[in-house]
Amino acid sequence: MTQTTFDTQTSPARRMRMLLRAVFSTSLALSASRMRLAALGFLVLYAVIAIKLVYLGFKPEAATTRRAAAEAVAASRPDILDRNGEVLASDVKVMSVFAEPRRLIDKDEATELLTAVLPGLDARELRERLASKKGFVWVKREVTPHQRDEIFHLGLPGVGLIAENKRVYPNGPIGAHVLGFANVDNQGIAGIEKYLDGQGLADLHGAGFGAAAEDLKPVALSLDIRATHALRDELEKGVIHFKAKAGAAAIMDVNTGEVIALASLPDYDPNKPTDALDPIHINRMNVGVYEMGSTFKALTIAMALDSGKVNLNSRLDARGVLSFGRFKIHDYHAQNRALTLPEVFTYSSNVGVARMAMGQGVERHKAFLRKMGQLTRMRTELPESAEPIVPKNWGELNTMTIAFGHGLAVAPLQAMMAVSALMNGGYLMAPTFIRRTEEEARANAERVVKPETSEAMRYLMRLNAEIGTARKVNIAGYYVGGKTGTAEKVVNGHYSKNKLFTTFMAVAPSDKPKYLFLTIMDEPQGLPETGGYATAAYNAGQVTGEIIERVGPILGLAPRFEPPHQPFPLLAKLGYGYANIPARGGGGH
Amino acid sequence: MISRAERTPFSDWAWTVDRWLLASLALLIVAGLVFAMAGSPPVAERLHLPTFHFVNRQVMYLLPALVVMIATSFLSPRHVRRLALVIFVISLALVIATIFYGQEVKGAKRWIFGIQPSEFLKPAFVVLVAWAFSEGARRKDVPGNLIALLLMPITIVPLILQPDFGQTMLISIVWAALFFMAGLHWIWVVGLGGLGGVSALLAYKFVPHVHARIESFLEPPPPVAGVPANFQSETALESFIAGSWFGKGPGEGVIKRILPDSHTDFIFAVIGEEFGVLVCIALAAVFAFVVVRGLFSAAQNSDPFCRFATAGLVMLFGLQSCINMAVNVHLMPAKGMTLPFVSYGGSSLISLSLGMGFLLAVTRKRPRARVLSELAATGAPAAA
Repeated sequence: MTQTTFDTQTSPARRMRMLLRAVFSTSLALSASRMRLAALGFLVLYAVIAIKLVYLGFKPEAATTRRAAAEAVAASRPDILDRNGEVLASDVKVMSVFAEPRRLIDKDEATELLTAVLPGLDARELRERLASKKGFVWVKREVTPHQRDEIFHLGLPGVGLIAENKRVYPNGPIGAHVLGFANVDNQGIAGIEKYLDGQGLADLHGAGFGAAAEDLKPVALSLDIRATHALRDELEKGVIHFKAKAGAAAIMDVNTGEVIALASLPDYDPNKPTDALDPIHINRMNVGVYEMGSTFKALTIAMALDSGKVNLNSRLDARGVLSFGRFKIHDYHAQNRALTLPEVFTYSSNVGVARMAMGQGVERHKAFLRKMGQLTRMRTELPESAEPIVPKNWGELNTMTIAFGHGLAVAPLQAMMAVSALMNGGYLMAPTFIRRTEEEARANAERVVKPETSEAMRYLMRLNAEIGTARKVNIAGYYVGGKTGTAEKVVNGHYSKNKLFTTFMAVAPSDKPKYLFLTIMDEPQGLPETGGYATAAYNAGQVTGEIIERVGPILGLAPRFEPPHQPFPLLAKLGYGYANIPARGGGGH
Repeated sequence: MISRAERTPFSDWAWTVDRWLLASLALLIVAGLVFAMAGSPPVAERLHLPTFHFVNRQVMYLLPALVVMIATSFLSPRHVRRLALVIFVISLALVIATIFYGQEVKGAKRWIFGIQPSEFLKPAFVVLVAWAFSEGARRKDVPGNLIALLLMPITIVPLILQPDFGQTMLISIVWAALFFMAGLHWIWVVGLGGLGGVSALLAYKFVPHVHARIESFLEPPPPVAGVPANFQSETALESFIAGSWFGKGPGEGVIKRILPDSHTDFIFAVIGEEFGVLVCIALAAVFAFVVVRGLFSAAQNSDPFCRFATAGLVMLFGLQSCINMAVNVHLMPAKGMTLPFVSYGGSSLISLSLGMGFLLAVTRKRPRARVLSELAATGAPAAA
């Protein structure tokens, strides 16, 4: 037993010793094969390096200077035309100076010579740019032909000239807010220019198809540049005359939703795009949201008429003051009697429309405004848009005030879209800045009110121009209808009596509607000749009248000096024959 | 032709030297001069020196370098050992001196008296390790393996203190490879490999600049103002791509002007740009030829010392070229390693010549009888 134990102890010990010797000794016999193994290892290493070299050899040269330059230059953009083919925006070829810092031999000399020719450059900044490790840097974009020649004659290796496209807007500020502008790389930054980039132009450029300008199809806008000029001119006169902080005006084709003219003052020249960034230069038609005041009454009345709960012969109690809790609703032109529905419109009775809206209830009022597109952001081709400011908790008081245009702020163009639907027979269509036909517009239009309601609204507008608050726009021959709106601006959370926002909406002609006009003015002042009044009729109304008078012939509206026979046939059929007889006298201011 | 009839030291040398090896080295030296003309003018211009300043200096260094190489190649293995021991002692002393008195360049003290002593330490160290292994394998009374084991820390500790991780890595790998070739048991191979891996990991973990290098290699940070973060490596790649197969032609390179170290660590990229990828592959093939031929001739050599010395010297040379080229084609993070005979550098050139002189000396053909008699003679205790 012990013998075996001894054996089992010594035998592993010996094995251990042998193992240790094997582990600690080196063997010369192995070295030759291991050296060959090492040689193989080295071969693999060199092979990996060679493979990587072959891979690099197959790799196409990434961005050569020419390619980099071609990518950097401003690509061409399509011309933008107005509805009559007048050029609104176009590309011109200009030369730009670039440098390839790697090829420059003497950077100091280059800096010195370049700044001598281009004195506008900062020498130190240019020296830094030329010392950079990039393959391509701009020296100066868009140099004059004279500077181009001088730089050419410098003969500096590593400095080159390349043709670029520069966007020009020959009409300056006219239509600026619609056109937007393109930056120095000819990328659309705002307005229709940005919209064009979104329509695949940017993708085209990104893919390296710097298509020549002549290959790009010009884009025709809905704008009429001559009408826009006239509109802007009249608006500018009005803004100066009434010492308003700002103003805007637009003309919309009610049958197609096309915006024919748009101006917002103060404006900017798109040839100097940096000016556009000033917040006072915003497009007040699209980007501003305002309480539209009494022009909103048209929507309330249309809602009530369309529901059938009231008709043109209905009478509404407009006595005294309408109280709701601690709030009191007054009439500006208080008559203190029961008014007929047309009188509510022509006297612009807040009490009357508030009662009409209450007759519908909060939910139906909200639903109607939503249907008319007044509660959601309006989308047009212009990337600039604004969300309406809708009360969070919409109660009965909100419905009463919104009925006469207080408590809900919308973009003026949005209100135009709704009123346009009330005028054109009841079709709501999204406004557009691109030319389109009536059929195209109708295809996507939604019927929002009955044709009778639309005709009744036109009658009311016309009546208001004949005897009501809109007499300033009753331009002979155009059978104009209109509605004023004066909103008190909110200052420090309270409505202010002397800071007003005035609007004026007009349609011409009222029997066969074609154009809708809107003028808005921000804080117009009362003048001696207006008796110190600063309400809409005296300023926005006045300006709208001037605009209609001047733009009518440009837009091809044929004046008719005989009042039209049977302007409102549907109303006649419904028994309101008096609508076709011109009204006389009475009415508010 | 050299007469075989008369035996002179020169004719002995001429008939026994490895002519293929000699021709390859000559080719590398000549090519190196041509490439220096491509790679160094931009650097010279940046430093406001005459265009061919570095080329001229390279030629000036080349003369003593050639003398050193040829002279060393005349030595017998015994004299090689003695010379290596002397150089090892001197250069180790100088390396230690640099730690205290060295001139600081880019955060490391590697230079003293205008030379980089670690360059001379490398070949001497390899020869001594080879000697220790050959003695250890042959004779039981000499603790060769132990000496080889001890030589390692003696050499690399001062290098780490400099710090010079590139040379440390190079020396460690060659030492480990020699140990492996000496017939080390596989347990050690795995164990030492593991140790190397762990120490590399530790360096990555705790040495900030190693960490940063590897991080930026694995995951390049985004470019700043259009300039990539791995500017040197990215620019080097751009050079190869721009040069494509046949290059832009001598002197036509553009990227070399912005490529840092275009005359030293990144000359391979300049060659790529001006002479093309095919020339780069050919250059790599010359290095591969030297290494593979060296290792095969080592495997056949019956003298253990010559066998290990050949393998060690050739691996030193091969690894250095591999690392340099791998860095240039961005297979490895940037590492300060020159391309043998092609990169500019006086110390590097002379130390390379010394190493290659040793290589030529130990690869010289010797009659088997003389080798055997020498082996028998060195049975006596004194080996060197």
